[in-house]
Amino acid sequence: MESPLTDDPPVLEARGVTKRFAGVTALDNVNFELRAGESLALMGENGAGKSTLIKVLTGVYQPDEGEIRLGGAVVTFARPLDAQKAGVSTIYQEVNLVPLMSVAQNIYIGREPRTRLGLIDFKRMYADARALLDTYGIDVDVRRPLRSLALGVQQMVALARAVSINAKVVIMDEPTSSLEAREVETLFSVIGLLRQQGIAIVYVSHRMDEIYRVCDRATVLRDGKVVHVGALDALPRMELVSLMLGRTIESSDRGGVTAFGSDNTSDAPPVLVAEDLSRRHQIDGIDITIKPGEVVGLGGLLGSGRSETLKAMAGVMQLDRGSVQIDGKTVRSGSVPAAIRAGIVMLPEDRKAEGIVPGLSVRDNIVLAALPRLSKAGFSSRRNQDAVVDVFMKRLHIKASGPDQIVSELSGGNQQKVMIARWLAMSPKVLLLDEPTRGIDVGAKAEVQALIDELAGEGLAIVLVSSEVEEVVEGSGRVIVLRDGEVETVLTGAQVDEEHLLAALAGDAGEAAEDPRTHDAQTDADAPTSVTDSRGERA
Amino acid sequence: MSQATVTITLPRRGTALGIMQRYGVYIAIAALLIYNLIFTPNFFELDNFRTQFVQVVPVMIVALGMALVIGTEGIDLSVGAVMALAAAVIPLYIGYGLIPAAILAIVVGAVVGVINGSMVAFIGVQPIVATLSLMVAGRGIALLIANEQLRSVTDPGVLSLGRGSLFEGEAFRIPYAVIVAAVLVVIVALLVNRTTFGKQLIAIGGSRRAAELAGLPVKRILLLTYVLCAALAAIAGIIGTARLGASVPSTLGNLIELSAITAVVVGGTPLTGGQVKVGGTVAGALLLQFITATLVKHDVPDAYSQITQAVIILLAVYIQRGRAAVR
Repeated sequence: MESPLTDDPPVLEARGVTKRFAGVTALDNVNFELRAGESLALMGENGAGKSTLIKVLTGVYQPDEGEIRLGGAVVTFARPLDAQKAGVSTIYQEVNLVPLMSVAQNIYIGREPRTRLGLIDFKRMYADARALLDTYGIDVDVRRPLRSLALGVQQMVALARAVSINAKVVIMDEPTSSLEAREVETLFSVIGLLRQQGIAIVYVSHRMDEIYRVCDRATVLRDGKVVHVGALDALPRMELVSLMLGRTIESSDRGGVTAFGSDNTSDAPPVLVAEDLSRRHQIDGIDITIKPGEVVGLGGLLGSGRSETLKAMAGVMQLDRGSVQIDGKTVRSGSVPAAIRAGIVMLPEDRKAEGIVPGLSVRDNIVLAALPRLSKAGFSSRRNQDAVVDVFMKRLHIKASGPDQIVSELSGGNQQKVMIARWLAMSPKVLLLDEPTRGIDVGAKAEVQALIDELAGEGLAIVLVSSEVEEVVEGSGRVIVLRDGEVETVLTGAQVDEEHLLAALAGDAGEAAEDPRTHDAQTDADAPTSVTDSRGERA
Repeated sequence: MSQATVTITLPRRGTALGIMQRYGVYIAIAALLIYNLIFTPNFFELDNFRTQFVQVVPVMIVALGMALVIGTEGIDLSVGAVMALAAAVIPLYIGYGLIPAAILAIVVGAVVGVINGSMVAFIGVQPIVATLSLMVAGRGIALLIANEQLRSVTDPGVLSLGRGSLFEGEAFRIPYAVIVAAVLVVIVALLVNRTTFGKQLIAIGGSRRAAELAGLPVKRILLLTYVLCAALAAIAGIIGTARLGASVPSTLGNLIELSAITAVVVGGTPLTGGQVKVGGTVAGALLLQFITATLVKHDVPDAYSQITQAVIILLAVYIQRGRAAVR
């Protein structure tokens, strides 16, 4: 499906848009084009600038440079409402309607039909709402409060509302993240109907299968720049993933054997066995086994369930199904203290909000978890604390003016080391690292990576989550690749390289697959075959 | 995480704002004392100071508990009602003597704390709502217990707690109520600065999510904090009753939550939690007391005293504003 190259101006266009926040460039000279009736995938990993672009297009942010054009004419959306009135609507991940109001009221809020007396004409509103929803094959009682409906139906209502405001463009941000399979089908058919009416769709999702099914073209962002625009037919999945992650297939040699992940595995029995970890809409049937001294990478794109898997093992997330065992003993699920007692600790992804206690000193942050162990009869012993703090500040080279310095004054890398020290003080068996080097400078990054290696060498079992392909590949002896909350494949030995990982991330489960579980959808005939072939030769 | 990170720097130790944040309450007390030394006759007499200290005891004790709760990013509006409950319970059991009656009053107070704490920790009710409901219900129950009557308490132990002193008859005699308050100040200071509980309480106030992920028993600590606050309020109720020589559940502790919160905030404990300043809280309570006393001695109507309190709260919150933003 080539996008029709007509002389009509694009329905929505961004030209040379740049947006900066406090010195950070979120969008860098971005050009973006959307044509009537097309469905465009907006792709990019965390921090690529997708959200910022959407917000600029919908009047939440004003661009610092560049212009927005609607139907060829330059427009300025001072507020989101301006964009909506001009025909640019957004459907967010979480439905942004009023849960207690009726379906009809939600659709017509702010523009209710009036009687001659100026009162709301409920009769007409209900009839109109019913007629509107009928066109999309949605059959609900429009008088019911919105929140009494299933989430999928709520989203349809949001969609119907958007379209009824004379939308020319509908932007959908992760529309399927909380939908059941059946609801997804309904959504797709509605999207089809919208396109027939000439409405353009911007579709943001990290689910590859959906992208290839629903969209004709893709605009790929990385680090605030547009790195690719083109038809999806001509863009194999693996290439798309490479574009998003900024790794080219050519560059995927293993960085020598100087990799920081050495193989410490032995014939020892596994320290951690996690089976069938499942939670609705997040992860489904994930199995992980890890031996002492092993570094297991957890690969996957945004939303694949990486962090959720760690949270499940660390007791942070309640499980619907599944169990975690340490040394053969089952750990009570959904309890952080139980996980810590069993020896599982997690470095959270969001260091500032979930890791450090910003107002406390370096000392207090390091001993936070170990405090009861360092106390006598409930009285904290400064001497015991100082012994521990001293050891770890030296060993991890934590740069602070002293243990009394407030932790929020430290650099990101040193804060991360404080977090690692907090957990090492608990002498854990399994260390779960969620993006341990995100947002820290290059030097500290190398230090943290070396430390991971060192700790594994001492027999600690480590699970490493990172969105940097290079880090996962170099750091791990084995990589479990997740996709849509399931184990896509497991890479071992020589397979642990960027090429295999990229292929697995793209969903091209080829001969690299150890785990037979694959997706129905990805056996599609249009799945890119060329890459699989070339990989077959090389492997 | 492409969101912009805006770095707000802490006011340095040297800046005027930094000094005010740290020592503002002490500077204010000093200024007030100097003013009184010059302009108020008879202010600097032992008897006057003794009176001031005795009068501030209930607010100070309540403020100690309030500081703990505020340290967890909470608030407790039910402290006045707990004082009333303690007052209502005392006459019922005073026949067994001061100690058993006092223990019972504290237990009743602690029960209110358990209810507050359970609502906040386990059910997730906002502290202001949970404790507001007990602020209303607690005093109602107290009035029911007392049959809406004022009863005089004539037990010698109670009267001695209220009006007696150590070294009775000497010039430097110390009222028993002040001694109780001083002991409680020391205990709470130790609790905050030297125990695991205190450190964990502050960590929870600093970042509840981080505390949970670090495996801290967050719910248990929150519960215990509200129990302690209520128990301290009950002790304040006992002392208040002893000073009056009567159980007056209808008025005892009325609006004391406001004075206590003021004392805590003026003393440098931020409402956003993560810090507990015990010394500052004591100083905050004293400052409020001295202001009232100064105005009284200059025959300024009580209404002005209340307005002054309001101005001081605003000033204290304004000074702390910079610190709160750092979070």
